[in-house]
Order: sequence, then structure tokens, then C-alpha cells
Amino acid sequence: MASHEIEIILNRQLADCLSIPVFITDTIGNLIFYNEPAEELLGKRFEDTGEMPVEEWSTIFKPFDNKGDPMPPEKLPLVKTLSKQYPYHKSFHIESLKGKKQAISVTSYPIISRAGNFVGAVAIFWKQKLK
Amino acid sequence: METKIKMKVKLWGVRGSIPTTGPDTEKYGGNTSCASVVYDDHLLVLDGGTGIRKCGGAYPASKRIDILLTHLHLDHIQGLGFFSPLFDPSKEIHIWGPASSSQSLFSRISRYLSPPLFPVLLRDVPCKLELHEVSNSSFDIGPFRIQSSYIIHPGPTVGYRIMQENFVFTYIPDHEPALGSHGMIQNPKWVSGYDLAEGADILLHDAQYTKEEYPTRRGWGHSSINDAGLFASITSAKHTLFAHHDPSHSDEFLEEMLASFKSSSDISASLATEGFEIDFS
Repeated sequence: MASHEIEIILNRQLADCLSIPVFITDTIGNLIFYNEPAEELLGKRFEDTGEMPVEEWSTIFKPFDNKGDPMPPEKLPLVKTLSKQYPYHKSFHIESLKGKKQAISVTSYPIISRAGNFVGAVAIFWKQKLK
Repeated sequence: METKIKMKVKLWGVRGSIPTTGPDTEKYGGNTSCASVVYDDHLLVLDGGTGIRKCGGAYPASKRIDILLTHLHLDHIQGLGFFSPLFDPSKEIHIWGPASSSQSLFSRISRYLSPPLFPVLLRDVPCKLELHEVSNSSFDIGPFRIQSSYIIHPGPTVGYRIMQENFVFTYIPDHEPALGSHGMIQNPKWVSGYDLAEGADILLHDAQYTKEEYPTRRGWGHSSINDAGLFASITSAKHTLFAHHDPSHSDEFLEEMLASFKSSSDISASLATEGFEIDFS
């Protein structure tokens, strides 16, 4: 079994220490780790799900903008990071499958390894209070 | 019928951090990291700690010597300037070491092998010298197939998996796979260095600290003997040599460490010992 690059392993170890939700994906967006605070957002436990394909986890919540219009995937920070390999930040709203709405800011960044390769991405979800 | 020796490994230095001398460390040795791997006249030298000095004269028949550096901390390169084949114009020396994102391997080694730290410049050594940068790489040197991967240790650092026919020797003298709030994640996909050590016949691995010492040295890039044992167990290494002995640990203390470890583990393991030879046959 091939192990992840150490840059991915170290990002997971860091995420594991944080009290903010952190998602780690591979280069195509498959969710390879989410920490305990992120379990609350997803409504699932990493221990139960393990890795999740992008088609599965991307439908768990619906993103929409300040006007209440649905946001296309290409406007989301993590999707932009995956396609352009740059960091992005955006504030928007999400609605869970159970209909719970949450104002949120997302910061995403690419993981560029010591060897200079793009090996994955990280998305940090900052919860905001609804005005 | 005579058994043909395929590959020979010899340990020339197994001490960590700084060389130690004296009766307290005589049994396991005081020279810093160095090992040799030999098959016929093909010679690989792993790391250039102070142990490399004696290794320099041990294989006069080898015209080409490949030195594989895991990283450039002083205890892994301090002996390079005292490796006699570097000063022999008839020798061809290849130095392999981890690539950095900023400076070349030549420039980083030259920081040590240049005045005021050393009288001779690396570019002036008389042997035929060639440098090679490695990362997560696979390459062949003579009869050896070699795999290198970055591992968890401060600064660019790799471990090596050396394969010759069916034999595997894995060399990871400096490694902290348990770095994190909950220690090592016990899933092979999430273990630094797993691919290097999986199923190795012999794994030489960092075991610098006791489990009691480790919490106050977290992040320094080394392992406790218990974490080294867990790594060996996860990777299913057949036998593990605990190495990079702490300079403050006497022979007696090392033996107590091993006995304490063995009281709670049944993996095949022993203390790496300077001068120890292993024949793969």
C-alpha cells in the first residue's frame, strides 16, 4: 500500500490539533481526511466514512451567495484551488441536507510538496454568526 | 555446498547527534551515522558521519563509491572530509542527497566542506566527483535498486530502501513518524516512511529516546524506542536495528532501554552496534 506524501501526513497531523474544521483532499478533490470539528459540519464521522469520493461529499451541503442564489462549483475556493493550484478565500452560506443554514468563510490552499509537486489541497471552514 | 553471500551490510557509526568516546559507550560505539552496503566490488556508503573515516580504507578494490546521504545535519556529514577515497584521483565518487527547494546539494555540502570549517573546498577534492539530488525517487546503482522518500525530520531528509535480488535493507536513522498530537496514525497510508520499510529484511531505524524522554523532545526529529518498535510492527519489518543512540545514553542504559521495550513487545529487534556486519545470503 502506498502511503501519502509526508506533506499530506503533516497537514493531517496539524488539522488534528485544531479546533476549526479542516478538510484535506487529494489532487482531484476526493476527501482524504477531515478533522473532528469538520465532522460536525458534515454530520459524519471520519472513523465511520474513511475517505470520501468528491461526488459524495460535495453534495452534503449546498452553497449559496448573499442573495440566496446557488453558487456554481467553479466559484468555490476549494474547487478553484484544485484547478488553479492557488490559495483562495470566500465568504458565503451553506445549507446542510437537514436544511440548517450557516454563514461561513472558506480558506483553501494547495499543498505543494518539497519536490515542487501539487499533492493535494486543504480547506479551512471559518464559521460566522448569521446577521 | 557453499552459500553465496549476496549483499553485506556493515555499521560504521550508530551514535546520534555528536560522537561520543569513552568506556561508557565502547560496546555500541561512539561514531555518528555511517553504514556500508557491499556486493562484489560495488560499494554504497550510507551517510558520512564520523564512522565513514574507518570505512574509507576498508574497500580498496572499489573504484566507484556511491555515498547516499539521508540529510545534511552535521552528525551525518562530519566525517566526509576524512573519507580518504575523496583524495584519491583514481576513485570515482558519487554523492547522492536530498534535494532542497532553495539551494543545490553542492552548495549545501560546501557550507561545511569549505573554510573556515574545513581547509579543502569540495570542488578541489582530487577524486572524480559527481553529485546527484534525490527526492521521492527510484534509481539503480550497479546491482542495487534504490528507493528514496522524504520522511519526517527537520529539513530535507530522505530514507533509503536498498534492494539487491530479493533482499531489502532499509536505512532510516533519523525519523519522527509519531509527530502529532496523537502520535503515529496506525494506518499504513498515513505513516511517514512506510513504503521504504514495508517487509524489509533489516530495518535500521531511529530510536534515540526512551518513551519518557520523548515528550520533552517532540519535534526534534527523532523517535522513542517504542515508536520505532510500532513503526517496525506496522511495516512488518523482519528485524529492526534500533539506532541513532543518544550521546547521553551509556551501553548499560541502552541495554535497559531494550529490555524494557522487549518486556512489552515481541518484534524481532536489537541495538545497532558499531562494527556489526550482516550477510544477506
